[in-house]
Formats: sequence, C-alpha cells, structure tokens
Amino acid sequence: MSLLELTDVTKVFGGLVAVNDLSFSVDEGSVVGLIGPNGAGKTTVFNCITGNYAPERGGIRFAGRDITGLAPHRIVELGIARTFQSIRLFGRLPVVENVLAGRHCRMKAGLFACMLHTPGQRREEREAVARSLEELAFVGLTGQAEAMAQALSYGNQRLLEIARALASDPRLLILDEPAGGMNDQETAALVELIRAIRARGITILLIEHDMRLVMQVCEKLVVLEHGTLIAEGEPAALRENPAVIEAYLGADDDRW
Amino acid sequence: MSRTPLYAGLAVVIAGLPLVCNAYWTDVCVMIGLYALLSLSLNVMLGQAGIFNMGHAAFFAVGAYATAILNTLCHWPIFLTMLPAGAAAGIFAMAVARPIIHLRGDYLLIVTIGIVEIVRIALINDVFGLTGGANGIFGISRPVFFGFRIVKGIQFYYLVWGMVGVSMLLFYGLWRSRFGRALNYIKEDDVAAEGCGVNVTGYKLAAFTLGAAWAGMAGTVYAAKMLTIAPESFNFMESVILFAVVILSGGSQVGVLLSVFLFIGLPELLREFSDARMLIFGLAMMVMMIWRPQGLFPPLARRYAMPPPEEGARP
Repeated sequence: MSLLELTDVTKVFGGLVAVNDLSFSVDEGSVVGLIGPNGAGKTTVFNCITGNYAPERGGIRFAGRDITGLAPHRIVELGIARTFQSIRLFGRLPVVENVLAGRHCRMKAGLFACMLHTPGQRREEREAVARSLEELAFVGLTGQAEAMAQALSYGNQRLLEIARALASDPRLLILDEPAGGMNDQETAALVELIRAIRARGITILLIEHDMRLVMQVCEKLVVLEHGTLIAEGEPAALRENPAVIEAYLGADDDRW
Repeated sequence: MSRTPLYAGLAVVIAGLPLVCNAYWTDVCVMIGLYALLSLSLNVMLGQAGIFNMGHAAFFAVGAYATAILNTLCHWPIFLTMLPAGAAAGIFAMAVARPIIHLRGDYLLIVTIGIVEIVRIALINDVFGLTGGANGIFGISRPVFFGFRIVKGIQFYYLVWGMVGVSMLLFYGLWRSRFGRALNYIKEDDVAAEGCGVNVTGYKLAAFTLGAAWAGMAGTVYAAKMLTIAPESFNFMESVILFAVVILSGGSQVGVLLSVFLFIGLPELLREFSDARMLIFGLAMMVMMIWRPQGLFPPLARRYAMPPPEEGARP
C-alpha cells in the first residue's frame, strides 16, 4: 500500500517550471530515493510534500489523506518529518533541546500548565527528555546531550537532525542529502542507521548524490530531470536505462 | 554556574530597600518596578521569541485606560479591574497582531511603532467619548486589598515589586517548558521550527498576546498609583525605552532587572548630569553593541535531569 502519493504535482517559480506534472508513490515500509542532476527540482518536491511550498497544480496524499497546501507543522503532526539539505539546527541551544523540538508536537501542556508546572506537565516533560535521549542514543550521539548544537561536527549535526525528526514519531521520514559533507566512514554508519530506521517500520524518502549509498539502501528510485520524471523503478534496472544514463552523462560510471 | 545566590541577594535588597529610602526614592523605586513589570512582559516576546515589538506602551495604555474607565464610570474597585484590563490589552494585541505577526524583524518593528502612535492619537481624540481627550482621565480611586487601602509610596512599592516577583516566577516556569523552548526555536530559526512541528504563527501570537495582557495589568497599577492618566504618558519614547531595556538585558530576567535599573534608576541618581544623559546613553549603547552584543545577561542554558552514564557506555 502506498503511504505517500503525488499526483501531477506542478510547482512554478515565476517563469520557471521547477516541478512538472510529477507523479510517484512511496510504499509503506520502503526506502525510496529521489535522484537527478543538480537543479532537477528534487528539493522543491520535498518542500511541496512538507508544506513549505504549495504546488500550483496536483495533489499530495499521505496515508489516504489529502495534505496539499497544509501548513508544515500540521504535516509534521500527521507523521511526516524531515531534515534539511543545508543543516538547520538551533545552534545556540543544547543538543537535547534540538531533539525536544521534534517532540514538541507530541506534547500537550498548554500555556497555564507551562507557567505553573502542573504535575501533568512535569511528567510529560520527563517523558519527552527520556525519549529525546533515546533518540540521541539511537543515532549514536550518547553523551552529547548538553553540548551546544553548533559545537558538534558536521557529520554529527546531520545525525542530530535525524534524531530531531525521529522524535516526532514520523511514519515517513524525508532526508535531504543526509550524506552531504560526510566522510566514507560516516557514510557507512549512515547506511546502517537508515536500515535501523527502516527496521523500526518508518518509511524513508531520500535525496542523495552519493550513488553508493543510494544503491545500498534504496529499493526504488525516482529519477528527475528539469522537474520531470524520466524514470522510476528498481536501482539495478535503472542502471541500464538510457534516459538515466544520459541525464547523468559525465557522471563516472564507477560510482554506480 | 547558578544564579540562585544572585536572585536571593536581589530579593533581600528589594525587600529591604524602602526601609532605608525616603519617600522620594521609594516613589522612584515604584516607577522602576513598573518598568520592570513592563520589560518582563516585553521580554516574553522580544527576548524569548525575537518578536520586534516597539509599541509595547500601546498595550500598557489599553490596560491603564480600561482600569480608569471601569473605575471612574462603573465604580469598579481597582483590583477587580485588573483582569478586564489585562484581557482588554490581550484581545487588542491579538486583533492587531494577527495580520502582521508573520512580518520579520524591522518590518514588524515599524508596524508596531504605527500601533503605539495610533493608540496615542486615538486617546487624544477621545474615542467613544470615554478617554477624556488630551487631558486624560482623573479621579481614579486607590486600590483596596482585602480592606487594606493602598495609599502610601511604600505600600505601592510592595504591591509593584510583589507583582514583579510573581511575574518572574511564572515567566520562569514558562521559560522552562515546551512553550519557552518553542519561543527560543522560533527566535533561532523559524523555518526549522515550523519544519519540526512547532506552530510558529500560533506561538508568536500567544507570546504577543500574553506579553500585552501583562502590560495591561501593569497599566492597572500605574493608573491606581498616578490617579490621573493622560495619553502623553504612553508615547513612542516609552516603547523605545522598554525595547532598549530588553535588548540591553540579553533576555534573562535578572538581566531585565539590572537593565531597568540602568535605564530608569541611574538617570535619577545622576540628576546633575541630566543634560548629558542622552549623550551617555548613546555612547553606552554603542559600547555595548561593540563589546557585548548579546546583552548584559543572556539566559543560561536550561538544565535537564540526565541519567547517570552507564558502565562501559561509549563517550
């Protein structure tokens, strides 16, 4: 069953058609890669799914529900969490508070409960902190909870973004170039992490330029060029696809 | 590093101060307390959420006028008018902020300057025939607290500073909660905050409304202290001072108290240099911007109870 379904999604910036009549679906429990050359419109697709952009035409359905044009925080509440291509952490806040940001939408304490620290609020807060520490341990950032987020290494900041996204109990996790700026060792650890996330039953949609990673973790690829879908299917099959090879002309074949 | 001793020392000094001050200085301290109340309320939006509101005096005015009107026309006792005054300021703030709250930084600042000017001019023009025009409203009665009439400076002193203490406790609770964190996320990066599931518009609006309602309740005390209120007491300069107090403070509550003293108390201490006052202020602001742009006392990081590290756990 498909968890996420895009139908004829079109996004226009001025005269530029960034995404053109794009339709694809993501099955529940799978890992899907969205690939294509720079400027193909991959991040725009992500921003349409997460509500940062409203598409001009077309519809996006998530778990059987139309989410086109909803506010981003509503979409997170419905179960889609994301990371950003250019890391967007709260740099001057502690690591644990960055993860608590993801937990925020699952907490209920209102203004007065927060001011007065009612017993319910305290319990909820304790649970949220415990859960955040679990997510930090899950991505391998144990012991860093009280460091400032901006003090982490680049690779660890990417992991922290993933922990923050996981803390919101997502059904679908959207990763925008998770391996960007990582070295080989960190990328190998990331492959393991993505598999572990999948083992938790969370569906993953990712953009990535590191083809080794894509080939290792994705069971389906969607290939974009100039905002248009040029191919989709299993990674092994796409390797031989002439349209894909042409789109990637100049890319080193060895990387496949 | 804890600030508890600092707060304890401050509490002792503030509680004991009127016992050694004459009536004049007690009155000055009442004014400092009022400004502290207003600045603490502005700190919720400006210091915590980075909402650039340079029109805070408008909400102070709405509260003061609500109290004055309810007291002089409807003969409500002062303390009974405090909640309606806060509610009036809050509702007014929500109504004017809803269409503009998405504006960022300096754009919002300019609009809020417009709001405070519109309120002042509306008051001068005697809106609904209730505000008494440029003369304002006089004949406001003294507050009565369970049969105890608050008249003297020292009584107002403990009323105002008691409110400051309660406000600080409540705002501290707010700061140490998901609400306070949400405001900090918004200040750091509102796109990321929204992307993590924080309702950015909702929280900005809530912070704005809460701060304005608090300013409205401060307005009640102000009206009762002054007995007479006039539009000129709520001008643009008051908003600028409150704004500067919060920016200078760095966003922590103890910073706000110190900063209020520097802005309101120090000029009184240095009366003989009053000609050079603005000069010194300007210079001090420039020095701060260069050497301590984060303000006097930025808030410390919130602490969380961490489980002890497990044996053999990876660092």
